[in-house]
Amino acid sequence: MPDLGIDVLFKGTNMLRLLQGLWVAMKISIVSILISMPLGILVGALMTVKNKVVKAIFRVYLEFIRIMPQLVLLFIVYFGSTRALGWNLSGEVASVIVFVLWGTAEMGDLVRGALISIPKHQYESSEALGLSKIQTYLYIIIPQTVRRLIPLSINLITRMIKTTSLVLMIGVVEMLKVAQQIIEANRMSSPNAAFGVFLVVFVLYFFACWPFSVLARVLEKKWN
Amino acid sequence: MAETLLKIENLTKEYEGQKILDGIHLEVKKGDVLVVVGPSGCGKSTLLRCINALEPIQGGTIKLQGMDIRKGSKNITTLRQKIGMVFQSYELFPHLTVIDNITLAPVKVQKRDKAEVRKEAMELLARVGLADKAKSYPRQLSGGQKQRVAIVRALCMHPEILLFDEVTAALDPEMVREVLDVMLDLAKQGKTMLIVTHEMQFAKAVADKVIFIDQGKIVEEAAPEEFFEHPKTERAKQFLNVFTFEQVEHHVE
Repeated sequence: MPDLGIDVLFKGTNMLRLLQGLWVAMKISIVSILISMPLGILVGALMTVKNKVVKAIFRVYLEFIRIMPQLVLLFIVYFGSTRALGWNLSGEVASVIVFVLWGTAEMGDLVRGALISIPKHQYESSEALGLSKIQTYLYIIIPQTVRRLIPLSINLITRMIKTTSLVLMIGVVEMLKVAQQIIEANRMSSPNAAFGVFLVVFVLYFFACWPFSVLARVLEKKWN
Repeated sequence: MAETLLKIENLTKEYEGQKILDGIHLEVKKGDVLVVVGPSGCGKSTLLRCINALEPIQGGTIKLQGMDIRKGSKNITTLRQKIGMVFQSYELFPHLTVIDNITLAPVKVQKRDKAEVRKEAMELLARVGLADKAKSYPRQLSGGQKQRVAIVRALCMHPEILLFDEVTAALDPEMVREVLDVMLDLAKQGKTMLIVTHEMQFAKAVADKVIFIDQGKIVEEAAPEEFFEHPKTERAKQFLNVFTFEQVEHHVE
């Protein structure tokens, strides 16, 4: 068995620090998810309105966020906006801002897609049975939209969790940064530690995302 | 003389400046089975959609038991409960089981007792040979089964009149029969029906009266024997010729 250097994690409070790093990553993603999911639903619903101006505005917003690498967005908000607008942002707040902007756009597009994927005939056959507009949405359209949406939005959630590994680039000490610090500090005593520590990081990310992935699969199976 | 259920007067429907329906007059009496035929695009499906107020109309009136049917009017949900509609592509609700598809509107719209509606739904399902499918989801059914469920769903609302919009057009040939048999059974029970179909043999068997529509106008209106054997107008003859093609080829052999 080659020395993977995992033992460095048992030195001092290293493991605890790594888990604290994971908590920072989870905190950023959970706060962003909680804000961007409802905003995304609103944006998605607005994107299906007939008004051309509203549509165009959200289209531009969505395309802009989609095309930009998240890292560039992080740099713009953290380094760019603080300089240009003269305000003070912590790395974590900047991260949440970027993740909310990104999550809202992606969620909005998912909601829009789910809404327009409900065939016109579903509305009609519901109305033909005498259901009112509200009843049609309540019993027919929303349940079907949610069923289409949940697996997709869970996928988005795991993507948001994973992507928090970028925020170390704007100085947020999350799990990956802690891992680097631990490896750096033990470079002499345990030169192989990089492999073992990053392996543990990998496993921790996996367990942070995996439950969502399982949930998505279970729901998909149940509904399809 | 049976009471007049549905009365359409001078109905005009335009879409993007084009006249889809042009001055339609039609009267449906209680217990009538009317079959509407005509070339595709002639407006026959649109006529049904107008009767159920799924389309706005530009002129004329549609009255059910003397009450005006119009898209967007206040009492339209009440009127729609009296009109059962079955679509070409079934349009069951995919997230609900068969029994929930059927009971949703009677329970939520008509506020009827759930147990009573369920019991009736089960009886109707048994009648169309689908009692064992009550707990299935639409995706687990064949096209013909879905369409029979859709018919039961419409029936369970106790409509005054049933509209069938090319209900067998999307079905595989061997499933057409099972659906048409259900409709024949309904006709025997004396239900009032307005049927749009391309199944000419079926039309002949089920209809009290055949309505031939072409280019948005009723061109001919006659008893089925009369219409199919001795069509009066040239256009009806041409239309019916399309369906006798097979026989023509047979003579050539």
